[in-house]
Amino acid sequence: MDGVSFDAYAGEMVAITGPSGSGKTTLLNIIGCLDNPTSGALHVGDKSIFGGRRELSERELTRIRREMFGYVFQKFYLIPTLTVEENIMLPGAFYKAPGAKAVYEVMKMLCIERRLRHLPGELSGGEMQRVAVARALINGPKVILADEPTGNLDSRRTDEIRGILRDLTRQGITVVMVTHNLELAHSADRRLEIRDGKVHAA
Amino acid sequence: MNVYSIAYKNLLRKKTRTALTAGGIALSAWVLATLLGFNRGYQQGLNRDIDQMGFQVLLTAKGCPYEAATLMLKGGTGLRYMSEDVVKTVFKNPEVEKVTAMLMQGVFDPNKGENGAISAYLGVDAETFPAMKPYFEFKQGSWFTDNNAYDAVMGYEAAELEQREAGDKLLIPGIAKEIRVVGVLKRTGTQDDGTIFLPITTVQKLFKKEGKLTGLGIKVKKDADIAALENRLYDLPDVQVVSMAQVKSTIMNLVNSARVIVLGIAGIAIIIAMAGVINTILMSVLERYAEIGIIKSMGAMPLDIFKMIWMETALLCGFGGAFGIGLAFLTARLSEAAVRYFLPYAPNGALVALDPGITGFAFLLIVTGGLLSGVYPAWRAARVRPLDAIRSEGE
Repeated sequence: MDGVSFDAYAGEMVAITGPSGSGKTTLLNIIGCLDNPTSGALHVGDKSIFGGRRELSERELTRIRREMFGYVFQKFYLIPTLTVEENIMLPGAFYKAPGAKAVYEVMKMLCIERRLRHLPGELSGGEMQRVAVARALINGPKVILADEPTGNLDSRRTDEIRGILRDLTRQGITVVMVTHNLELAHSADRRLEIRDGKVHAA
Repeated sequence: MNVYSIAYKNLLRKKTRTALTAGGIALSAWVLATLLGFNRGYQQGLNRDIDQMGFQVLLTAKGCPYEAATLMLKGGTGLRYMSEDVVKTVFKNPEVEKVTAMLMQGVFDPNKGENGAISAYLGVDAETFPAMKPYFEFKQGSWFTDNNAYDAVMGYEAAELEQREAGDKLLIPGIAKEIRVVGVLKRTGTQDDGTIFLPITTVQKLFKKEGKLTGLGIKVKKDADIAALENRLYDLPDVQVVSMAQVKSTIMNLVNSARVIVLGIAGIAIIIAMAGVINTILMSVLERYAEIGIIKSMGAMPLDIFKMIWMETALLCGFGGAFGIGLAFLTARLSEAAVRYFLPYAPNGALVALDPGITGFAFLLIVTGGLLSGVYPAWRAARVRPLDAIRSEGE
C-alpha cells in the first residue's frame, strides 16, 4: 500500500475495488488486524490500534480481532463437522460464549433458523454464506470485513447477501468489503478503487 | 461448544483414519496390559504353588538336576531315589517340626488323552502328609488311614480325567492290582489336582521300590533358622536340599528380569503406536491449515489452538487405550491358553491377572505417551498465522 488513507463511519458500507494484485485484500487484512502495516495508523472508534512504535504481537492482534471485527470470506470456511448452530457459536468457544437466545436471534435475522442442526454440506451456497455472516456477527463486532462475499454465489444469492449486509449497516455496523462485483460495489455508500497500492477514487 | 467438543468432532472427519490410528493404540494397550497381567499372574501363581506345598524345605536324591524341584512342583517323576533312613536323620535336627516322606512314580498310560500321557502316582505317609496340607478339602470320601492299604485319593482333575468317584476301582497301567478310590479332592488350583495319592508303602510295593523315597518334605518350626538347618542338611550324603524360599527367590528374579523384557516389548509397541498418532494428527493439522487460520482470525489464541489439537490426541489415545484394555480383559483366558501351550511350566490358576493397578498403569502410560506425541502437532497448529493460512488456501 502506498499512502492509503480513508475514514469509514458507523453504519456505512464501503466497497474496495480494483484489479487483481492491486492491494485490496492487503488493505482489508491490515484493517482487520490480520497483518501489521509497515507504517501508518488505524483507529477503530476511540481505540488506536496501529500507530505506535512497535509491531503488535499475534496475541495482541487476536485480542483486538475478537473484540472488534467479524470476517466473511469468499470460501465461507465453515467447519464441515459442526452443525450450523455450532459453526455460528464457534467464536464463543474461544471468547465470550453467546447464549442460545442470541444465537437464535442472529439465525432468525439471517433466515437460517430452520437449518440449525444441518451440516454445511447440506446447505446451498447462499445459506453457507449466511451462516458465515451469522458467525461473524455473534461476538457483536463493530466492523464486518468481507472479502469477496459473493464470489462463489449466483446473482440471486448475491442479491440476498447484499441485502443482508445493508441490513447490518442499519444496525450501526460498519461493513468494509472487497469485491469484483460492480453491482455490489455500486450499492455501497462509498467506493474505493485501489490500483498499484494507491487509492484512485473515493 | 468448547474446545473439547470441537476436538472430538474433528476426529470424526476422517473416520477410517481415526479408527486405524486408535486401533494401533488399542493394540499397544492390549499388549501392555496383557504382558503386565501375565507377569503378575505368573508371579502370583508361582507363589501360590510354592506356598501350598506345605513344607519349606524339600530333600531329593543327589544328582537330580535343579529342575527336579520344578518337576516336584509339577508333580513330575524324580530321577533318583534316596533311602528311607534319611527320615530319622533329618528328624534329629531341632528346627524340624514335621517331615513327610514321598515316593513319586510316573506311568505312561496309553489311554490317557489323545496320544497317551504320564500319570503321576505319589506315595505319601497317611499320617504326616495330610497334616502338611490342611487346606485340602474333599469333594467325596476322605484320606486313607492305612499305609499298607491299596487305597487312593485322587486330585480333582485326575478324577475327572479317569472318570472316577469315591468307591470306584482304579487300575495302574502295567500293574495287576486293583486300587480302591477312597476320596476325591476338591479343586486346589495346584499340581495336586492332577495327582493320584496312594499310601507310600503301597507304592513302594507296587513299583518294587521298598525303602526308597524320591522326596522328603520338611516343615520347620515357627521362627526356626531355616538357613542353619539347610546348611546342616547340605552335609548329608547323597541328598540334595531344595529350599522353597530359594526356588521362589530364583524364579522371582527370573520373573522380574522377564518384566524388564516385557516392558521393553510393550514400550516398543507404544512407541510405534505413538508414531502413528503423530502422523495422523500432523496430517490432520496440515489438511486444516486454512481452517485453523480462520479460527484464529475469529479470536482463538495460540493456546486455544494448542489445546484443541492436543485434546484430539488425548481423545484418540484415551479411546484407543480403553478399548485395548477392554480387549485385554476379554482375551485374558485366550492369552492364558496360548501361554500354557508354549510354556514348559506354568503355575495353576489365572496366568493373566488383570487388576485396577495394572489396567490403571497401562491406561496412564498410553495417555501420557499420547499427550507427549501430540505436543509437536499442537505446537505446529498453534503457530499458524491466519494470514498465511488464508493466503495458502487462495493459492
